[in-house]
Amino acid sequence: MTSPAPIPDPREVPRPDPAAVPALSIDGVSHSYGSRRALIDVSFNVQPASFTALLGLNGAGKSTLFSLITRLFGIQTGRVGIFGHDVSKRPGEALRLLGVVFQPRTLDLDLSLTQNLLYHAALHGISRREAATRSAELLGRIGLSDRAGSKVRDLSGGQMRRLEIARALLHRPRLLLLDEPTVGLDVKARADIISQVRRLVTEQGIGVLWATHLFDEIMPSDDLVVLHQGQVLAQGPMSRVVTEAGAQDVNTAFMRLTGAQTMPGGGA
Amino acid sequence: MSSITTREAPRGFSVQEYLTCLTGIVWREGLRFLHQRERFVSALVRPLVWLFIFAAGFRQVLGISIIPPYETYILYEVYIAPGLMAMIQLFNGMQSSLSMVYDREMGNMRTLLVSPLPRGFLLFCKLLAGTAVSLLQVYAFLLIAWFWDITPPPSGYLTVLPALILSGLMLGSLGMLISSGIKQLENFAGVMNFVIFPMFFASSALYPLWRVQEGSPYLYYLCEANPFTHAVELIRFALYGQINWISLAVVASCTIVFMIGAIWAYDPSRGLARRGPAGGEG
Repeated sequence: MTSPAPIPDPREVPRPDPAAVPALSIDGVSHSYGSRRALIDVSFNVQPASFTALLGLNGAGKSTLFSLITRLFGIQTGRVGIFGHDVSKRPGEALRLLGVVFQPRTLDLDLSLTQNLLYHAALHGISRREAATRSAELLGRIGLSDRAGSKVRDLSGGQMRRLEIARALLHRPRLLLLDEPTVGLDVKARADIISQVRRLVTEQGIGVLWATHLFDEIMPSDDLVVLHQGQVLAQGPMSRVVTEAGAQDVNTAFMRLTGAQTMPGGGA
Repeated sequence: MSSITTREAPRGFSVQEYLTCLTGIVWREGLRFLHQRERFVSALVRPLVWLFIFAAGFRQVLGISIIPPYETYILYEVYIAPGLMAMIQLFNGMQSSLSMVYDREMGNMRTLLVSPLPRGFLLFCKLLAGTAVSLLQVYAFLLIAWFWDITPPPSGYLTVLPALILSGLMLGSLGMLISSGIKQLENFAGVMNFVIFPMFFASSALYPLWRVQEGSPYLYYLCEANPFTHAVELIRFALYGQINWISLAVVASCTIVFMIGAIWAYDPSRGLARRGPAGGEG
């Protein structure tokens, strides 16, 4: 596996003020589908200007958690806050500050890149003129300006993902959720996307929650939340989680914490 | 840019933002419709087959007496035209709800539902967008029907518009209500059999209800209770510049009931929430 694109020196990353309102706060959240418990008393925070990796195998509860944060499902127990706005009580204020990239693709394949972006902008009440300006700017930033009028169907997997990230940023959110955004992409496309998202953290101070099951996407300076069978087994800066598990790397730490026998995928 | 950590005061949404959202959803639905030419063609061919073939064959079998809103004897084709207009809307309503099930499976629905605007408003916009598409279909049908000697008074094309909007909303919200209860796309075939066909045949779309009453009083009561009958009659009267007040009342109240039901069913803390994870593993 190649390592992702270089990231800035961790000392330069602005460390969040602990007293500040977290970008995302998950507080005692549990969720069941009938008798099956998908999440059990999950609590953690994502700070502004931080990259938090949510590490878990398939079926750990990552997608359920994302559905709760984005209000696709109602919250059964606990509380989810986005910059202090309760998702259940003030969904409008909370969702306004949130950008999200879901694991399944959610683009209109038959519409053009620009049309997809304009539709999303309209859903956020952004006027047509402003939306056109922002779309052009974002397409430039992801290097797809020359494709603005093509159908999304004609893009590669990596390009679609970059477009989805651009779309999630259109309404200038301050918290960005990404659910396994690199699944199914080649090495180059993965590296591009990871470096694109890490730049958002350092340059724009966006709080990022990045769900993954691939260890090599996590950097020592990241915050880490290990989710296994619906429960948080460990959380904190990655280096601390690894040390406390008595391991040398995140891969071994994960296996010790979960008692997994086989390496689930990706190598550190 | 440094991180902003202060808690923002809630600011709500302006009328302008609501309007932008509404036009955006209608615009997108229109674009999708234009890209699906086969959908437009089949939406037109279906009623035209009924008009050109079925009606021509039945013309001799079924005599129509003079009943309101008609003032003279009419051809059978003229009688079933409003029923076919309503049928276009029925199919369109079910089809856009089909696309909602599809969108939910494919994840497109998520884009809509994570908008910060109130969910009830988003669903209402979606309904209006679907109704707008059905209007395009209905007027295209009326244009072709005009060459087939179905010539309502010119002002009828205008007076029928509010009736079509209302019936489009009713059938669209019924479709949305049904779609919220469907877990998978495959189950939709059942909707065809159990919703579309019974609604269409047990109505005044193809035959006047006094004819039905002669045959079977029970079927007559069923037809009378069918909201689709009232959508057809509302359209029929409006096409001739008249208002059928009973039908108007039935269609309006059914629209309200179905719409509230659909919005309720799509509320995250109810409907969808009880089901498993959509489009992703747990």
